[in-house]
Amino acid sequence: MIAEIGLAALWLSAALAVLQMVSGAFGLRADGAQMAAYARPAAVVQAFLAVLAFCMLLWAFAITDLSIKLVATNSHSMKPLIFKLAGTWGNHEGSMLLWVTVLAFSGGLIALLERRLPEKTMSATLGVQGFVALGFYAFLLLSSNPFERLPVPAVEGSGLNPLLQDIGLAFHPPTLYIGYVGISVAFSLAMGALITRQVTPDFAKVMRPWVLGAWVFLTLGITAGSYWAYYELGWGGWWFWDPVENASLMPWLAATALLHSVSVLAARDALRTWTIMLGVLAFSMSMLGTFLVRSGVLTSVHAFAVDPERGTFILGLLGLYIGGSLLIFALRAGSIAEGKRFTATSREGALVFNNVMLSAILAIVLLGTLYPLLTEAFDVRVSVGPPYFNPAGAIFAIPMLIVMAIGPLLRWKSDKPARIQLELSILAAIVIAVVALVAFLGDYSILPILGLALAVALGVAAFLPLRGRNLMRLPLATWGMVVAHFGIAVALFGMASESAFTSEKLAAMAPGDSTEVAGWNVELLGVEPVAGPNWTAMEGRIAVARGDEAPTIIGPQARNFWSPPQPTSESTLVTRLDGQLYVVIGDQAGFDENGAARWQVRVWWKPFVTFIWYGGLLVSLGGVMAIIGRLLADLRRRRAKTKGDERREDVAALSDEAMPEPAE
Amino acid sequence: MKAKHQRMTLVVLALIAIIGAGLIATWALRNQANYFYLPEQMAAEPPAVGQAVRLGGMVQQGSIETQADGVTVNFVVTGNENSTVPVTYSGILPDLFVEGSGVVAEGHLQADGTFLATNLLAKHDENYVPRELEGMEGHKDNSDYIETVAGNP
Repeated sequence: MIAEIGLAALWLSAALAVLQMVSGAFGLRADGAQMAAYARPAAVVQAFLAVLAFCMLLWAFAITDLSIKLVATNSHSMKPLIFKLAGTWGNHEGSMLLWVTVLAFSGGLIALLERRLPEKTMSATLGVQGFVALGFYAFLLLSSNPFERLPVPAVEGSGLNPLLQDIGLAFHPPTLYIGYVGISVAFSLAMGALITRQVTPDFAKVMRPWVLGAWVFLTLGITAGSYWAYYELGWGGWWFWDPVENASLMPWLAATALLHSVSVLAARDALRTWTIMLGVLAFSMSMLGTFLVRSGVLTSVHAFAVDPERGTFILGLLGLYIGGSLLIFALRAGSIAEGKRFTATSREGALVFNNVMLSAILAIVLLGTLYPLLTEAFDVRVSVGPPYFNPAGAIFAIPMLIVMAIGPLLRWKSDKPARIQLELSILAAIVIAVVALVAFLGDYSILPILGLALAVALGVAAFLPLRGRNLMRLPLATWGMVVAHFGIAVALFGMASESAFTSEKLAAMAPGDSTEVAGWNVELLGVEPVAGPNWTAMEGRIAVARGDEAPTIIGPQARNFWSPPQPTSESTLVTRLDGQLYVVIGDQAGFDENGAARWQVRVWWKPFVTFIWYGGLLVSLGGVMAIIGRLLADLRRRRAKTKGDERREDVAALSDEAMPEPAE
Repeated sequence: MKAKHQRMTLVVLALIAIIGAGLIATWALRNQANYFYLPEQMAAEPPAVGQAVRLGGMVQQGSIETQADGVTVNFVVTGNENSTVPVTYSGILPDLFVEGSGVVAEGHLQADGTFLATNLLAKHDENYVPRELEGMEGHKDNSDYIETVAGNP
């Protein structure tokens, strides 16, 4: 029954998406108000049904209903409950259902809550949202039905990829999807505004919380994914320039640019078409991300299924949405009047510069990601890795970081660089001092040195806008900016420090042996077999101590999962304020001279590596503060407006009795 | 500036930056085009000593030798033809690294003709094969796996 309820709910919501699209389109006609009234209820009910369908699938996974094909191929009755639930989106169909559910939910949310936009713009927005949703319903129902039954129920499920059996799976995909999909709402709003020619600061104020929200979730999703890969894959790396990672980075870059440009539009009524263009770009990137990850073009842990039909389907959707939106953009962009002007040395100027730099980095990442796919068409196999991405990205990232430090110090509209001479010289001095210091300390490559110097300068610069302002009266949104910019500095510091100062030791050790890395003493006490609910493992008991401190006992494991059969290595991390010790145990490596078995142990000391993820969290926190600040300000304004209206009514009523005019 | 002027300036500047990024990317990617080598390519046109490249092929049967230190491994990578490249690697071997299976070694060629690998990519799991190795052996893909399960009464 569960599967049938879920499937029926899904079909009904697809039908409602059609209704939403059609009635949204009617809203654009002068006489369409009657039809247009259906758009909002359709979106809300659709959200309810999609959530219902998703809950049904969750339930099927929770009770391991093996008559459903998806459960049988991806779950196992012996799995811990949390991984059964998280396994719902650890496969192609389930994750697409999650995607659609989030899409429908956010569509319902905007239909329910948003009252500020002109009715026509709202109709167009809901219509576009319905159109986008419809494509994904079609994709789910026609080519990847999550509720498909098996003719005969399976005896036992075939299990979930052990790499995915981790708490990270419970958080990483949902946050990333909320981010991707939040961008689709921003896109629908941008399209709605473009179609009805209402690209105004008011529209930007409506769009801003959606962009901010999506961006916060993308940031969290990328941060979580990076940390997950770091500790789960056991290679000690935190970013691999894997195409799937790039697929999440590209929408983030576009969303970051959009976020700043929409703020300029809201505050200054400048950059109108630019904002719309970035909205289209951000959505295109999140569609492209979905295509890369879900079509089977790429093989990785993320590409669950290789099925050309699905790839073609998503590619078709991609072409339809991106092509359609570019067409509307081309037709309408000319009719949008230019916004307010500004000079090159103004805050707008700095923001535009960084928008362009972000787009350039995006182009670098995009080309690097697609290039191997293109050459493959000519049967040439190429790998594109860090030697390409790091320097090519840095060419644009370094100017961007410099302008990012200076931009918030500039005034809106026009400013003289001479006014902030003092700040500029402080920042320049910091950069030079750090470069000199690090170059003096040792022989490191150029990018990490520059990274460290810029990180320190940016960390200081993040707080400079607070100078001379009353901290108690500073808007929460401005604090959000300060925190987010500081977060970027912190993350950059972690990245540069990790690449410059990591030390590493690899040894074959018998119980009782010890080795040393960066002041840490690592002693292997013993190796024992252990077993978990669906795996067995060899666990090393290792005592680690820095200097004279009391040893910490840790237990890295080499695990063997038995369904599906696959070995993984479980690293252990010892976290200190100034970095992390990363320990992995490998295979048995022969015997020492006394005949005792030796085991491979690999240890890294990574100074300040944790700053990368703390930075990511700070950036998200800054985003959350900005959202809360904006919403509170909006509520206050609404309340003030209601009060003002009441007072004016009172005054109007009183003035009938010939009272003197109030001073207001 | 005139009314339409500023917008035009912005568009032109943005285009210059994006085209610049495209050119830098193309130029850098050109230099990277040889980044991945098969053993026969490495024999025919070896990359410069010390240049970071990837070498992909099959681990020759019976070639894996663990050195006395317990962490250094020597093995031989073969390609579709008879060319072979000796590889040295220090580290924990990937979980699915076995003789007769595909491997991608990241590292550089040394002056003595051995390839010093800093990282080995083997099959990640039963279904994930490094992209470069696809088609080099009869990898079982996901689809017949699913069919087996589906047909299982």
